[in-house]
Amino acid sequence: MTAWLRTGDPFAVQATDLTLAYQQRPVLWDVDLEVPKGVLMAIVGPNGAGKTTLLRTVLGLLRPAAGEVRIFGRPYSEQRRLVAYVPQRGSVDWDFPTTALDIVTMGTYGGLGWVKRPGAFERSRATAALAQVGMQAYAERQISQLSGGQQQRVFLARALVQDAQIFLMDEPFQGVDATTERAIVDLLHALRADGKTVVAVHHDLQTVAEYFDEVTLLNVRRIAAGPVEKVFTEANLRLTYGGRVAGIGGRANGAGHEAHL
Amino acid sequence: MDVLSDLFLDYTLRTVALGSAALGIVSGALGAFAVLRRQALLGDAMSHAALPGVALAFLITGSRAPLVLMIGAALTGWLAAAAIVYIVRASRIKTDTAMALMLSVFFGAGLVVLTFIQRQPAAGKAGLDKFLFGQAAAMLESDVITMASVGAVGLLGVLVLWKEFKLLSFDPDFAASLGMPTRRLDMLLTSLLVIAIVVGLKTVGVVLMSAMVVAPGAAARQWTNRLGVMVTLSALFGAAAGVLGALLSTTAETSTGPTIVLVATGLVVVSLLFAPARGLVWTRMHAWRSQRILALEAVMSDLAALAAQHSSDATRPHDVAALHAVRGRALVDRALSELAADGLAQRHDGGGWSLTPRGLAEADRLARMRRTPDDYL
Repeated sequence: MTAWLRTGDPFAVQATDLTLAYQQRPVLWDVDLEVPKGVLMAIVGPNGAGKTTLLRTVLGLLRPAAGEVRIFGRPYSEQRRLVAYVPQRGSVDWDFPTTALDIVTMGTYGGLGWVKRPGAFERSRATAALAQVGMQAYAERQISQLSGGQQQRVFLARALVQDAQIFLMDEPFQGVDATTERAIVDLLHALRADGKTVVAVHHDLQTVAEYFDEVTLLNVRRIAAGPVEKVFTEANLRLTYGGRVAGIGGRANGAGHEAHL
Repeated sequence: MDVLSDLFLDYTLRTVALGSAALGIVSGALGAFAVLRRQALLGDAMSHAALPGVALAFLITGSRAPLVLMIGAALTGWLAAAAIVYIVRASRIKTDTAMALMLSVFFGAGLVVLTFIQRQPAAGKAGLDKFLFGQAAAMLESDVITMASVGAVGLLGVLVLWKEFKLLSFDPDFAASLGMPTRRLDMLLTSLLVIAIVVGLKTVGVVLMSAMVVAPGAAARQWTNRLGVMVTLSALFGAAAGVLGALLSTTAETSTGPTIVLVATGLVVVSLLFAPARGLVWTRMHAWRSQRILALEAVMSDLAALAAQHSSDATRPHDVAALHAVRGRALVDRALSELAADGLAQRHDGGGWSLTPRGLAEADRLARMRRTPDDYL
């Protein structure tokens, strides 16, 4: 058993009682997030439900007013190297003067430590990660000349290079073409087959059941969480979205398990 | 020619050239990061905020030693930056308002202290007002040595923490997720920018120093898609603008700051217009060329469609009046004559047009390419 994984820690990510407010308005209220090892979990909820905030709090980018985050049973700060982050594509300026390969190489910076520059070894790992997302032909391409889907795949490759156990992704499917959507799904499956854990903020209710094993329904509070077939029900979605759910059709399971608030 | 030979013989000119080269390199290199991090206006606020520091440093110490004045300038410049960050974080005031506020407050305070000093009978006060618009001719060897050593600290910081600053500039959230202390790195990079500003203060002046921070970086960005090349180029542009502007102002006896800024602006204008791939002239040419090619392809596919209606004789002449009506006479006629020159279309006696056999083959190839676009994804 690897050192970071203690036996008896069922959860890859376990956040308890997270509460966070911007200027008195609660964004997260007493939220628990429990992600079993080796699953693909979607975080689903309406706009402003705190999905991105939850991800950023788990990553330690935001300081919660209350609550704590554990990664394989230990505090986040001790386990940072086990977690890779894929931010929203729109969060950076893609006109930055650099190449796709260079962006992916940034995933190795955490392991390099201070001052030391990435060398041939780091670049070859970055090249391999680019190939893994089908982007090897674009290694030397200026990043502003990539399509939205290609930029998303570059971000995924940067996370792959981190060689992490847990991948936190903020809307990886947002605004990507069909090829990229396919590539991301394949990648998610490959990660799961490798025993990795993925938590992704996801917007498209139509594909939750198809792409993910588990789901956390969030609207400031945690509405429900668990395996998709048990939790992703019309009743729970109505609780999450306040009755304004359109187009979930027959995908959501009508069996109506109660939300555990 | 005179200036050039003077450069090596004349002590004043040589000092001026060396000093302005040093300030140009430092402000260019660090300014490139400011441009990428959208901190151009922060640079402006900090350089204006340096004025009270200069005046107070003189008032307190009575010394005009370059290092003393630089430290004073750096302190108030840095204080203004910290105040801006604090105001934005602690109140609902937005960044642009906070910057404008701090710029005017600090600059106003600086002018007040400066006027106060001017009215004092004390000796050695002369020259402080030169910090407004800068004066290269007043540069001494001691200034140059101080500028070069302080600037070297700034450059060394960028070299040592290159990958950290690169990631901080591109994606600070990701940097934080790797465990980098982004807030402290941010503060450090901003402090290095303060260093770059104070190095040039006496030569360029507080009012226009921000141009030396922004202009070389903006110009350099036009020519390259690599951060390393951009920062190097920005340093070279800064040095060129500094040396050229300082020498011009010294020989023409104009204010140095404005002269340097004019030269730097010239570099920006040339870069905006003529840089390959990003320059306005280049993009305009590119758009014009692709429009022309699209017109050629459209007319070719029209002629191919007409030919397809008469499968017995594909090169039979057609009246192009319909094409004129649909696509416009000028466009069609220009396209036809270009196609004829390339041997892809031919004009028949009586004014009709058709594709040549080679033109037909080309039209066919284009049509098939459009059905399976290999560059689509």
